[in-house]
Amino acid sequence: MKILVCISHVPDTTSKINFTDGDSKFDTNGVQFVINPNDEFGLTRAMWFKEKQGASLDVVNVGGVETEPTLRKALAIGADAAIRVNAEAKDGFQVAKELAKVVQDGGYDLVIAGRESIDYNGAMVPGMLSELIGANFVTNCISLDIEGTNATAIREIDGGKETVTTSLPLVIGGQKGLVEESDLRIPNMRGIMMARKKPLTIVEATDAETETASIEFKKPAPKGSVTLVDAGNLDELINLLHNEAKVI
Amino acid sequence: MSVLVYTESENGKFKKTALEVASYAKAVANQLGTTVTAVTVNAANTSELGNYGVDKVLNVSNSTLEKFNAKSYAEVIKQAAEQEGAKVVVISQSADSKYLAPILAVGLHAGYAPNVVEAPSNTAPFTVKRTAFTNKAFNMTTINTDVKIVGVSNNAFGLVENSASATSEDFSPSIPESGVSVQSVDKATDKVTIADAETVVSAGRGLKGPENWGMIEELAEVLGAATACSKPVSDLGWRPHSEHVGQTGKPVASNLYIAIGISGAIQHLAGINASKVKVVINTDPEAPFFKAADYGVVGDAFEVVPTLIEKLKAFKVANA
Repeated sequence: MKILVCISHVPDTTSKINFTDGDSKFDTNGVQFVINPNDEFGLTRAMWFKEKQGASLDVVNVGGVETEPTLRKALAIGADAAIRVNAEAKDGFQVAKELAKVVQDGGYDLVIAGRESIDYNGAMVPGMLSELIGANFVTNCISLDIEGTNATAIREIDGGKETVTTSLPLVIGGQKGLVEESDLRIPNMRGIMMARKKPLTIVEATDAETETASIEFKKPAPKGSVTLVDAGNLDELINLLHNEAKVI
Repeated sequence: MSVLVYTESENGKFKKTALEVASYAKAVANQLGTTVTAVTVNAANTSELGNYGVDKVLNVSNSTLEKFNAKSYAEVIKQAAEQEGAKVVVISQSADSKYLAPILAVGLHAGYAPNVVEAPSNTAPFTVKRTAFTNKAFNMTTINTDVKIVGVSNNAFGLVENSASATSEDFSPSIPESGVSVQSVDKATDKVTIADAETVVSAGRGLKGPENWGMIEELAEVLGAATACSKPVSDLGWRPHSEHVGQTGKPVASNLYIAIGISGAIQHLAGINASKVKVVINTDPEAPFFKAADYGVVGDAFEVVPTLIEKLKAFKVANA
């Protein structure tokens, strides 16, 4: 089984979100970038396929040279090889098209991506990719088992979960549950040393077209301060929720 | 040329989000000077859609569509959009709609803007406001394709009534074989889901143990709310994963979010920020949640929550 894990290079959750160039670009100044958390669950699940079922495991990212440390981290965790498609990621469709070419050229039969990235939250790249390459697609995936070309997955749905069966080639939108937080691996020194020698191939972009464009970012209006209610006066809380906030 | 809206139903009944996306579609149709067509799957009675601005309903009744299947449902919407010559397709951001949207987008060669919170600010270029960075910012996005898909965030646009009546006609798209088949669904049918709930009552490690959730469930019941929990609580196995809300859990966009014994880690706040009114109950006045909340009570949950339940019961009786 040839597995490709899509790695999104995203600002760490605790980052201050600011914009630059007339609010048209995300301000990366002083921002720590990480592997998108939803992708990291998928990467760890893929490691188990590699270790227990002898799968090969490559990682891919569409982005500039600044995303390479994030790919190196994935190599240090245990991926065999990394691919960087040399393009600025502009919209979900463009990224999906670039990834489709990588999947087809590399003959991958399982692609694991996160259900969404924590920066743009589009939740669209894995589904678009599946459609572009004619693969099956299961998202919000919290469990995945593969025997031969048959796959059984459990996915979260609103209000519960469901079990589905499908087959390779397959694209997964993964999330927590695929593995648990305690299963995530922190690269050790040996992994980091080995990662330096593993191949990181730079692939030139196909100049896939975009369908949407980001024009401007805006920050939410500053929030007013909290109204504190004394624990001995909960009638006041009910009064405020009823008459002021009008939510009960 | 009409605006097409996919109105989701469950057991034949429309969800609130269906009426919300219909309201949104009507606003777009007004801007474009056109009408609204809704497409429904196995809905029992479609007349309600007229109240939210729908002019025509394409009614799909098909037993193979009994269980949701993203590929098949995307195909239904695609064929409806093609029949109507729709240039704008409006969907919700339920888990199901988010699943089918990218498949639909590729099928229709349509640009897709998810997490949209307002009616388009402009129709040429077609410009929408969407959330980004997990609700920490907004992004103005243009969709530059001929056909456009707008995913409207739950509880962002609201319901807008329009007294009109909708005509209804049967629609029989061809459904291709799907490579993904649902084997079993495990879903509590008697409980309001986090996605659909107007109010969510959520608790964290401050509750000290799973045996103390009785009062959380009772508070939720009094409020007609869904129950949720913080990540540490689900990691500890005190509550099921499906209740975990936050960045790596389920998103919440309720009218009222009550956080009990949750400190308010940034990952938690990111997932619940889209809720309109936030109440925090915590013993620690320095808990970060107080900075994100609208109303706060500094106090012991084991005293505050039972009292609050009693007072809410009395309030309900008085306002019944």
